Amino acid sequence: MESYLPIFICTLLTVLILLGLLLASRLLRQRNSPLTDREPYECGNEPETFAHEHRFSVRYYLIAVLFVIFDVETIFLFPWAVLLDRLALFGLIEMFLFLTILIAGYVFVWRREALDWV
Amino acid sequence: MSWAWLDSLRETIGQPQFTLLFAPAAKFLVAIVVILLIIAYLVFVERRLLGFLQVRLGPNRVGPWGLLQPIADILKLLIKEDTIPNRAVRWAYLLAPCLVVAPAFVIFSVVPFGPSPNAPGAPRWYVTDLDAAIIFVVALASLGIYGIILGGWSSNNKFSLLGGLRSAAQMVSYEVPQGLALVGPLMLAGSMSLVGIVESQAQRGLWFAVPQIVAFFIYFVAGVAETNRNPFDLPEAESELVAGFHTEYSGVRFALFFLGEYANMIVISAIAVTVFLGGWLRPFPSIEALAFLDLIPGAVWFFLKVFAFLFLFIWFRGTFPRFRFDQLMALGWKWLIPLALANLMVTGLLVVLLNGRT
Repeated sequence: MESYLPIFICTLLTVLILLGLLLASRLLRQRNSPLTDREPYECGNEPETFAHEHRFSVRYYLIAVLFVIFDVETIFLFPWAVLLDRLALFGLIEMFLFLTILIAGYVFVWRREALDWV
Repeated sequence: MSWAWLDSLRETIGQPQFTLLFAPAAKFLVAIVVILLIIAYLVFVERRLLGFLQVRLGPNRVGPWGLLQPIADILKLLIKEDTIPNRAVRWAYLLAPCLVVAPAFVIFSVVPFGPSPNAPGAPRWYVTDLDAAIIFVVALASLGIYGIILGGWSSNNKFSLLGGLRSAAQMVSYEVPQGLALVGPLMLAGSMSLVGIVESQAQRGLWFAVPQIVAFFIYFVAGVAETNRNPFDLPEAESELVAGFHTEYSGVRFALFFLGEYANMIVISAIAVTVFLGGWLRPFPSIEALAFLDLIPGAVWFFLKVFAFLFLFIWFRGTFPRFRFDQLMALGWKWLIPLALANLMVTGLLVVLLNGRT
C-alpha cells in the first residue's frame, strides 16, 4: 500500500502545476476585448443552429458499447498473463475457453456489420 | 558521486517523512521539469524537421538557429486572450484542457528512468514502483479521453463536437488492441511492475520486442492512434473540421491541449521503451562484447530510445497521408484486434509448452 501514497502526492503536484500555469496566464494575459465575437466559430458565417441542438450518429454509441465489452475482457487477461507459469496447462485451457466465447461474440458482431462504419 | 548530503537531509527531515513525502515530490518535480523541457523543444524540433522533410527551413529566426522559438511560443500563448464562447458549457469548457494534461503527467510517477544504483543511499530512478503499474498506466492513459470529449462537447461548436466524438471513438477503439498487445510481454515477464518487466528483460538478456515483435508493432500503431497523430489525426483534420475539438480554445487553454498531446506522445514512447525495448538496458544486453556500452548510464539509453520514438512520430507526420474514418475504424477493429488475439494465444501456448519463460 505504501507504494501507492506517492501517486497521491504526484496527483496533488500536477494539480498545483496546472493551477500555477492558469494563474500565470491570468496575471499576464491581455483583458478580453469587448470586440471579440463570442458566437461559435463557423468559418465566418453567423451560426443558425448550434451543436447541442443536433443529434449525432448512433455509431459512436455502438463503438462505446463494444469498447466496454472488449476492454473489460482485456483487464481479465492481465492477471492471468502474470500468473501463467504457475497456472500452466490448466490456466491456458481456461483462458482459451474464455477467449473462444469472446471470439464467438466478436465474429457475431462482425457478421452483423457492427464493425463497419457507414 | 557521494550521497552523504542526501543522508544528512534524510536525518534532518526524518526517515518516514523523507521516503513518503519529500523524495517522491522532489523526484516527480524533476521529472516533470525535464518532460516540459523535452516537450518545448520537441515542438521546435518537429517544426524544423517537418521543414527539412518538405525542403524548407522551418522556424529559424528567434535566436541562433531558431533555438529560442519555444520560449517565444510559450510567452505568446500565455499572454493571449482566453476566449469563452457565450454558448459554451462553462465548467466543462474550463476544466477540459486540464483533464488532458493531468493523467499524462501522473503516469511519469511509475516510469523507471534508470537502473537501481549500487551506491549506498543513492536515490532510485523512479518515483514509485507499483506492483500493478501496467494497469495503472492503461487506466490513466484512457482518462485523457474525458478531457477531449468534454472539450469538444462543451464548446457548443459543430466542428468541436464532431472532432470530440471522432476522437473518443478512435481512442476507445485503439485502446483494445493496445491493451491486448501488452498481455504478451506480461506473460513473458510474469510481473506487472514496470521495474519488474525491465529486470526480467535484463535477466533474459533479451528485449521483449524480439519475441513479441507483433505485439510491439500493434502497440506502437495503436499508440500513434491514441495520441491523435498522423496518419490517424482525424479528430483535428483541418481540411474538414477546422481544428477539431479545440477549435474554440485560445491562449493558455489551447496550450494545455497541445501540452497534453505531446506529453501523451512521450508517455506512449516511454511505455513502449520500458515494455518492449528494455527500458534502461543497452542494446543486445546478452552480448558480452558490447559490455563497454554499459559505461553510458541507463537513463541516457532510456531517453535515447524515447527520442527515437518521438522522431518516428514526427517522421510519420511528414510522410503519411491521413486515413479516412471508416478505414481507421476497420484497421482498429478488423485487423489489429484479431492480430493481437492471435499473438496472445500463440504466446500463451508457447510459454506453457516450453515450460516456463525461456
